[in-house]
Amino acid sequence: MNLLLLLILIPVVALLISVFVNAEKVKSVILLCAIAELILCFELLREFMMERAAGNNSPYLFEIVYPWFKTWNINFHAGVDGISVSMLLLTALVTVAAILVSWKMEDKPREFFMMLMLLTLGAIGFFISMDLIMAFFFLELSVVPKFLLIAHWGSGRKVYSATKLALMLMAGSSLILVGTLLLFSKSNGSFDITVLQSLHLDGETQRLIFPLMFLGFGVFTALFPFHIWVPDGHSSAPTAGSMFLAGISMKLGGYGCIRFAAILLPEGTQYYSTAIILLATIAIVYGAFATLMQKDIKYINAYSSISHCGFVLLGIGMMNQTALTGAVLQMISHGLMTALFFGAIGMIYSRVHTRDVRELGGLLKIMPFIGSVYIIVGLCSLGLPGLSGFVAEMTVFMGAWQMPGTFNKVATILACASIVVTAVYILQAVAKVMLGPIKDEHFLTLTDAAWYERSASWLLMLAIIIMGVLPMWLAQMISHDTAPMAVKLLTLNS
Amino acid sequence: MNISDWLPLRFEIALAVFILLQLVIKIFDLVRNNETWLRLNIALTFLIVLLGFTSNDSGSPFGGMFVSTSFIIIEKTILAFATMLVLMQSYNWLKHHQHAPEFFMLLLTALFGMFLILSANNILLFYLGLEMATIPVAALANFDLDKQRSSEAGMKMILSSAFSSGMLLFGISIFYGITGTLTISSWQELLRPGGLEVLALIFIMAGFGFKISLVPFHLWTADVYEGSPVSITAFLSVVSKGAVSFALARFLFSGVIMMQEVWIEILFLLSIVTMTVGNLFAIRQTNIKRFLAFSTVAQAGYILLGLAGDPVNAPTSVVYFILVYMFSNLAALGVVEAVSFATGKENLDDYKGLYNSNKKLAIVLMLALFSLAGIPPTAGFFGKLFLFTSGIHSASLVWLLFASLNLVVSLYYYMRLVRMMFSEKNEQPLASIQSPMLSRIALIICSVGILFTGIFGGLYDYLHQLAK
Repeated sequence: MNLLLLLILIPVVALLISVFVNAEKVKSVILLCAIAELILCFELLREFMMERAAGNNSPYLFEIVYPWFKTWNINFHAGVDGISVSMLLLTALVTVAAILVSWKMEDKPREFFMMLMLLTLGAIGFFISMDLIMAFFFLELSVVPKFLLIAHWGSGRKVYSATKLALMLMAGSSLILVGTLLLFSKSNGSFDITVLQSLHLDGETQRLIFPLMFLGFGVFTALFPFHIWVPDGHSSAPTAGSMFLAGISMKLGGYGCIRFAAILLPEGTQYYSTAIILLATIAIVYGAFATLMQKDIKYINAYSSISHCGFVLLGIGMMNQTALTGAVLQMISHGLMTALFFGAIGMIYSRVHTRDVRELGGLLKIMPFIGSVYIIVGLCSLGLPGLSGFVAEMTVFMGAWQMPGTFNKVATILACASIVVTAVYILQAVAKVMLGPIKDEHFLTLTDAAWYERSASWLLMLAIIIMGVLPMWLAQMISHDTAPMAVKLLTLNS
Repeated sequence: MNISDWLPLRFEIALAVFILLQLVIKIFDLVRNNETWLRLNIALTFLIVLLGFTSNDSGSPFGGMFVSTSFIIIEKTILAFATMLVLMQSYNWLKHHQHAPEFFMLLLTALFGMFLILSANNILLFYLGLEMATIPVAALANFDLDKQRSSEAGMKMILSSAFSSGMLLFGISIFYGITGTLTISSWQELLRPGGLEVLALIFIMAGFGFKISLVPFHLWTADVYEGSPVSITAFLSVVSKGAVSFALARFLFSGVIMMQEVWIEILFLLSIVTMTVGNLFAIRQTNIKRFLAFSTVAQAGYILLGLAGDPVNAPTSVVYFILVYMFSNLAALGVVEAVSFATGKENLDDYKGLYNSNKKLAIVLMLALFSLAGIPPTAGFFGKLFLFTSGIHSASLVWLLFASLNLVVSLYYYMRLVRMMFSEKNEQPLASIQSPMLSRIALIICSVGILFTGIFGGLYDYLHQLAK
């Protein structure tokens, strides 16, 4: 059976089983399903690399096509390239970790775990879609789970945040819908990206459709000024919800920007590249400075996500192979790192019941494991060599620096400089929360991470370290597919 | 005429026989028990649904006054099916009603009128059908005999429909004056955009606008929906609206196709106003029936977007959407009916915590709301999607953007209700509701429809084949 089909079917079956089994057992079913997905993703990776090693250079592998709505030429068309495979791996890893972290969920556990799996299903379906309507279907699938996860299991101003998030993301999708339909009508009726990619739409059409698609997906990946759902959404969500939102959901946007906006509309990308770079740089710098001012550890990570996702958009805006590869690497790195970050914050919060930096202190002595995780992931966030953040950001910078022109250079320098600010806020947070004197007597009674929290942390930490130490295989796999994109985007220049 | 000439009329003949049969049963007082009456009527409507699956032969008896094609047969089958579901859901309410037999006769007469609208190729026959479809429903809106609200609803309904019929007739008379014929299909060659033609078209569109409650002709909708018994609200919002939408599609594409550039503009204006006003007003409602009334107003705006397509895809997408919308709205109103009958509560606030007290009803209502909001994997997603894909044929970018941003507004209020049911606590939680078997079956049919009509793609392709 085709691996991609299995990737879709397993969550569907698991969801159906979860409806009928005892509420206590749902989490086991869902965890098993997530582990199966993870194994499948590794198997997919192995087979994918073998195919590539054997010299199979077709742009998409493991393709399957089933007709869905013949009248409109809508197909269930799945296929993967190096970018999709790495995103699938990220999704599977974060899913397992998120389920493990929320192992002790007691409030409506059946619904909670089903929502998590529905989110995963949406993300996996989206990453393998090669038909715009299919992609849109899977993108929209996650609206309800995201909304309810925050509105029901969240904390703080949860209803406000959930509504804001759902409406902004829906507004993004509605732009995507209009863009998709325009593409359909300009391309003699096709939603298939292999067909659309080979079309040569005229410049005016591309310039019309590109903003719709790019802004639509941009909302998902916190494109400035549409980032305002990010801080509230991330910080109100339950731990697993934040891990999903920042780890996977924002990546849907970045992936969509590359796959469905930049590649389908190269002339549009080029026309708007200055604007993309400008907005990305603003997001990077503004995000970093905004983080400096935060007092809530969850807000710190949420704002820093805006800054980090700016690198993804910067890489896309720079359009060359290295920058695009960097953008994808940054998506993976940020996904792993931020999921772990939110996971660690969730573990801290569930023990001390406050997220205010000023009330925390000396936690490393009490909970050495959680503390170490927090510090390691912090170092990854500020770009310490040997961890994934360094690899990704460095690649983006190198790509960006290759681009000629004062504007590009200035943008690159500003983006680089923001790393310093990152170091300031990360080190500040780590110092205040983990080191120093113990602020509160009752902290002494707290316990360190339980087995499920440890395994979730180890999983993501290993991924970060492996990606930091051995990045070449991943970078090569991705750059194999970003090379033709860059050629397409840059040759139009002349 | 031999037998086979009568075959295209089989729906109408069967329905007329059923209505008269009931009259006879009533006169001789053969059935005294309301439940038996109800079962009998469900069986009869089911027979009509089955008729839709017999031979699909088309024809036009009576010198072309009456047309039947396989596409029209499907439309009639959908309406009959919806009527059957409405009857199944009204079990509780009708069980002790003193005038149940009249209820069934009026309901079936209205359905008969709708069948005439769909098949009429003569504008007078069309008008006759339209009146026959409206006046009985006005009487039905008044069927909660001891409630003042219900009489008010009946009165509003009859006045507004009389007014709209007047507008429609005025437009029709101008068209008749221009073309000298009452046959709709022969208007095609005779009507070209011109001052008088446009004036007449505007009047006719206003007439249609009243019947499917487009803004600014929607003012009766919320009051009538709120005052009527829930079954009649369901019938009005699904069957009546569906029938008139089908008729509008046929009128636009067979009667006045040559004036397309004019009516596209009219549709554009009506559509964006309808969607926006419907959605914005829905946000402010506190009564669930009024809430659903405004949501159906907003849905009508999307139907108009679908009509901006080509002559094959526009009717197909509208029929598909109505089918999906039938499942969604009947599911929602079925739950409202169950809650309202058991507790008498109809406010949105009463639905807080429904997920904790009545899990199954809450899940059905949530599915219905997801489908109305157009969220995958429910059928509503595909229904709306195909209206959009159909509309891309001639809709402007502004129209598409308006329509898609309206999806965001509607998401807000649908999700709000979902959240209230799912996570809020109610100080006076509803008691656990036991609904009768028939209503439960109807809700299950609706839920299955919501979940599966969309994701299994063959249905749309089948309709498309028929529409060609």
